[in-house]
Amino acid sequence: MTAAYAILLYAGALILVLGLAVKIKQYASTPAPLKIPTTPAPTTTGGVVLRMAREVFLFQSLFRANKWIWLFGWMFHAALVLILARHLRYFTEPVWDWVALIQPFGIYAGFAFVAGLAGLWVRRIVVERIRYITGPSDHLMLAILMGIAASGLAMKFVAPTDIVAMKAFILGLLYFDWQPMPGDPAVLVHLALVALLMIVFPFSKLLHAPGVFFSPTRNQADNPRDVRYAPGE
Amino acid sequence: MDDFTLPELKLPGDIPKIACGSMAHSQPYSAAPDHQEALGFPGELVEDWHDKAIAKFGEILDRQRALKVYMDACVKCGACTDKCHYFLGTGDPKNMPVARQDLMRKIYRRYFTFAGKWFPWLVGAKDLTRDVLDEWYSYFHQCSQCRRCSVYCPYGIDTAEFSMAAREIMDHIGMGQKYCNEIIGKVHDIGNNLGLPQKALGATLEDLEEDIEEETGVAVRLPLDVQGADILLITPSADFFAEPHVDGLIGYAKVFHQAGVSWTISSKASEAANFAMFIGSHDQMGKIAERIRDAALELGVKRIIVGECGHAWRVAYNFWDTLVGPFDFLDPGYPIPQHICEFTYDLIEKGELNFDKSANDHMTLTFHDSCNVARASRMGDEPGGQFKIPRAVVKACCNNFVEMDADTIHENTFCCGGGGGLLTDDLIELRAKGASPRMGAFEQVAQDHGVTHMVAICAICKTQFSKIMPMYGYEMDNIVGVHQLVSNALILDGQITTEEEETVDG
Ligand code: SF4
Ligand code: SF4
Repeated sequence: MTAAYAILLYAGALILVLGLAVKIKQYASTPAPLKIPTTPAPTTTGGVVLRMAREVFLFQSLFRANKWIWLFGWMFHAALVLILARHLRYFTEPVWDWVALIQPFGIYAGFAFVAGLAGLWVRRIVVERIRYITGPSDHLMLAILMGIAASGLAMKFVAPTDIVAMKAFILGLLYFDWQPMPGDPAVLVHLALVALLMIVFPFSKLLHAPGVFFSPTRNQADNPRDVRYAPGE
Repeated sequence: MDDFTLPELKLPGDIPKIACGSMAHSQPYSAAPDHQEALGFPGELVEDWHDKAIAKFGEILDRQRALKVYMDACVKCGACTDKCHYFLGTGDPKNMPVARQDLMRKIYRRYFTFAGKWFPWLVGAKDLTRDVLDEWYSYFHQCSQCRRCSVYCPYGIDTAEFSMAAREIMDHIGMGQKYCNEIIGKVHDIGNNLGLPQKALGATLEDLEEDIEEETGVAVRLPLDVQGADILLITPSADFFAEPHVDGLIGYAKVFHQAGVSWTISSKASEAANFAMFIGSHDQMGKIAERIRDAALELGVKRIIVGECGHAWRVAYNFWDTLVGPFDFLDPGYPIPQHICEFTYDLIEKGELNFDKSANDHMTLTFHDSCNVARASRMGDEPGGQFKIPRAVVKACCNNFVEMDADTIHENTFCCGGGGGLLTDDLIELRAKGASPRMGAFEQVAQDHGVTHMVAICAICKTQFSKIMPMYGYEMDNIVGVHQLVSNALILDGQITTEEEETVDG
């Protein structure tokens, strides 16, 4: 069991990293032949960095578009960041101070994560327009994330797992010195789904994460009369 | 052609129930073989259209980052679903921006992605069939490339990029659209979209000079092909004869006259419009832009000023320099290119123009931001100058001005319904329905604030509204141009005034 999961997780991590690298390289090497920022747009590079930061951290455009989608989407993403940060404690020894500090918030984040996802999922089913554009893969993605959240919360609140053994297993993976994995069902489900998520990442809409940085309508400065735009020259 | 009913007026915030397939029948006339071939496209649908289309698709993906990223990045969040005026006006779900993109994305997935090759059912990948192609022809000609969707998308996904690419692919397999391709042909052959030859153009300008002199007593010139003039005016050809456009042209002429600058129109480049943008052809876009550069060089001008036209301003402002630049032979002391509103605004700021605002007192005005000016270009030095400057010019010329709902102006503006190469009678149903969100916002201020006229800054908007406003119970002349108002109110030096007048300083 330990070996199977170790291989699965290595494979997932490898596919995630390589897949993303390939995709990012494709995006970066495809030319942007013309200036097409959605205006009003910043006129300087510094301004573009700020615009991008507002998009990435605050979901500015989404906020303007639809307050509900923004609320659920932002909640889910912010929670995800906290949760990931909280999980660093399984990867570091000794645990970094700031990681120790945010542990309690990580727990709340678990619930916010579920609430955000649930909100998005309900909208997919209830709002006619969004139901129309939703495909099987959109439900699958939500199901994977929900499964990860549910199994994670179960480990904490329903059937506590041997955290010490868990950490030893993960550190073992990191240092190529395999340790036995705790065998509770919640752990098996949690890790299997995490591996699955890593595997589908570079082949799915999760590519929005690197994609947003390459979006010409958002990352170009509006300065064609000041600076000659001549890609490929 | 007119057997359709207009939708209930869409007030800002109204969202229709979806009506599947309600606009599936809407297709523009297809381009005749000789119009296709003149642009280097096959005359009719080629035998191996499937392979050719996929090959072209791949080629575009490799040369346009926007499309490549946007194919992958959409998360189906739905934020754009209620943003397109064609969806709001028709309820057809395939007019929701994301659904329109998906018509292309499902083909992308099937032929260009791992997931689509192996799990087509999961990710909605589909083979490119004749039915899909027909659907493309229909729905990619129901997008005016207005970019409203791109404002609201968390990744800035711009459906206009999809429509342009889809039209380019269709052109290359022999499925071109009549309206755009015929017009591009005319620009190459004659110099403008309307096919107005040099002689007729000269005569028209002379007539206008007479009209102005008769009305004002001042000899305002509209010079054609004047070698060595300082300024070359590039304006949409509708300005030469269509109403209300021509009143705007008179406005430009009066402003130039009052400013005392030397200027000229070119018969070789008597057209600002560049419909090649609508069909996604950078090649054609460059060729059309090249005429303007050539004309500027031949005439030896120092500056280029662009008249009131939305997409033309986008092409001029954003693309000219990249496609056919550098324009280093022009005077770098002025913006290259400059918008006519920037020119007039500068003079107003310097206090060099005097207006009789009461000349526009018979109207209460509101301003319709044109998509390509609002969301795809700029005026002035600051972001948002494209909103401020034309409004400042309008307000300098009138006493009664009211804004429409905030969700329908500035970068949130609604397309007039006729942009993006759709301004043709064979798409009149689409145009009429697509105008309903704008007409709803107009109706609101008409009722609440007594607004009577809408000011636009684009030849397509002006033509579209003169046709559509009567369908919604207004008059065709309830649409006016910015420089039409300028023309009404500007007091020329030495002008004879018949009416009693009340001069208000701009
Ligand atoms: S707003 Fe953008 S990401 Fe969301 S569904 Fe529309 S195109 Fe896709
Ligand atoms: S670009 Fe404009 S017309 Fe096209 S889908 Fe987006 S909102 Fe609709």
